[in-house]
Amino acid sequence: MDKSDGPLLQVENLSVRYTTPTGVVDALRGVSFELGREKLGVVGESGSGKSTLGRSILRLIPHPGVVKADRMAFMGQDLNAMSEFEMRQVRGKQITMILQDPKFSLNPVMKAGDQILEALSIHGRIDRREGRKRVIEILKAVRIRDPERVYNAYIHELSGGMGQRVMTAMMVVTNPMLLIADEPTSALDVTVRMQVLAIIDDLVTQRGMGLIFISHDLNLVGSFCDRILIMYGGRIVESCKASELHDCKHPYTRGLLESLPSIEHPKETLATLKRDPAWLTAP
Amino acid sequence: MTGFLEIKNLHIVFGHGHYKVHAVRGVSFSVAKGECFGIVGESGSGKTTVLRALCGLNPGWEGEISIDGRPAPRHPDKDFCRTVQIVFQDPYGSLHPRQTVDRCLREPLEIQGIGERDRRVVDTLQAVGLNKSFRYRYPHQLSGGQRQRVGIARALMLEPKLLFLDEPTSALDVSVQAEILNLLVRLRKERGFTYVLVTHDLSIISHMCERLIVMNVGRIVESMPVGALRDRTPENPYTQQLLQASLGYDRQAVERYQTFD
Repeated sequence: MDKSDGPLLQVENLSVRYTTPTGVVDALRGVSFELGREKLGVVGESGSGKSTLGRSILRLIPHPGVVKADRMAFMGQDLNAMSEFEMRQVRGKQITMILQDPKFSLNPVMKAGDQILEALSIHGRIDRREGRKRVIEILKAVRIRDPERVYNAYIHELSGGMGQRVMTAMMVVTNPMLLIADEPTSALDVTVRMQVLAIIDDLVTQRGMGLIFISHDLNLVGSFCDRILIMYGGRIVESCKASELHDCKHPYTRGLLESLPSIEHPKETLATLKRDPAWLTAP
Repeated sequence: MTGFLEIKNLHIVFGHGHYKVHAVRGVSFSVAKGECFGIVGESGSGKTTVLRALCGLNPGWEGEISIDGRPAPRHPDKDFCRTVQIVFQDPYGSLHPRQTVDRCLREPLEIQGIGERDRRVVDTLQAVGLNKSFRYRYPHQLSGGQRQRVGIARALMLEPKLLFLDEPTSALDVSVQAEILNLLVRLRKERGFTYVLVTHDLSIISHMCERLIVMNVGRIVESMPVGALRDRTPENPYTQQLLQASLGYDRQAVERYQTFD
């Protein structure tokens, strides 16, 4: 298969099951989707399996989780058939992941720049001076005004928005084809959130990457992404174009949209969601 | 006629010398009885600091605060607690993990020496939409939404007149948020509470409040009726930018962002 066109990622019938002493938990139940070079939003409430979906693509599901899929192909390579060694070549190089809170997901005792450099040096020999130059460049690309200062800063010395830019820089410095962003902006203030999103947007568009954007914020995903998957109880209950989010059909999606308060059209009481057990099984 | 809650020229400073942080710089506003008043701002704007000072959790303030015609005590006394209560942001962190719901709700009654405790606990649980089966549960046996209902019930136990709500739904899913907001609206209608709601989410303000102030780095940048928010006609450029960002992602608009300090 030609690597340049065709879908970037194909997932068929993916399920993740945890067998615990208190019973079996099905975190994902038969998820199938395709991703091209586009911004794909994955929306759902807590426990819907959206983060598990992101992690299972990178094969980061911890014990006792068991991942099963009919097909999980990234640019024609079968991710499930890879050895752990081969997987490490993909992880952090071809597929990377931005996590929610830079304060907890970056190393607190390592300079920000050195952490980015580490990502680079793991995926290819690079001498220190050349590496430092690349790191400064990428820090500029995520619109950090004073990259020298940020290079030598520790994470606690940076604001949340800055930290998230550092993480974004770390994830794109290896020129990945697929970026998974798991709630990258939910810990940020609205204006900073928009600035970080603009950076991610530009990088994804310029470099022709695919983006999986995991979020609980329907309106944000609707305005940011190209296409949306709505998840409930470990399944994709609906998929639609972002521009058509407000014409969606599934009662769960409708319920979510109607339970949101609106700035411009306030309602007396908000609609609350009546959960139908049938959503867990019927398509 | 002065308001139910009057604040004049409130200043709050933490630390001194090199480490001095002037968190709140001359904030004044007044809230009428029965009103829902919103305070909006980004992190570091001082919105929560104001709220904590108002309910006595932050004794180092300067200025004038009066509640129901009386000056607010620096350290809350029994009378104060029967007038003013607060609902905290994080329902996971604000309930004692080793205490049952019953004990959590009963404690204020014991401190105040109020009788008929059983009846009051059950009635209040019912008022926040929890049945009797929740009474002897521990917080870890409750969902996020149920915990926040317990948090609200705890604030209602002493039948206060003024309720401070500090980001009451920011830790909750949107469908659960809708339930909690509906509960707060209903309680206010039934019992005539005065609310002061602190949040960063303009849509919640638009849903709940009549008036609001917008804060940035310790100052009020704009005070307006909620109608101005709904019609997208705030006057201050900071508020306009905040509103713009709250309406969704717009690549072009991000280019025009300014910094306000």
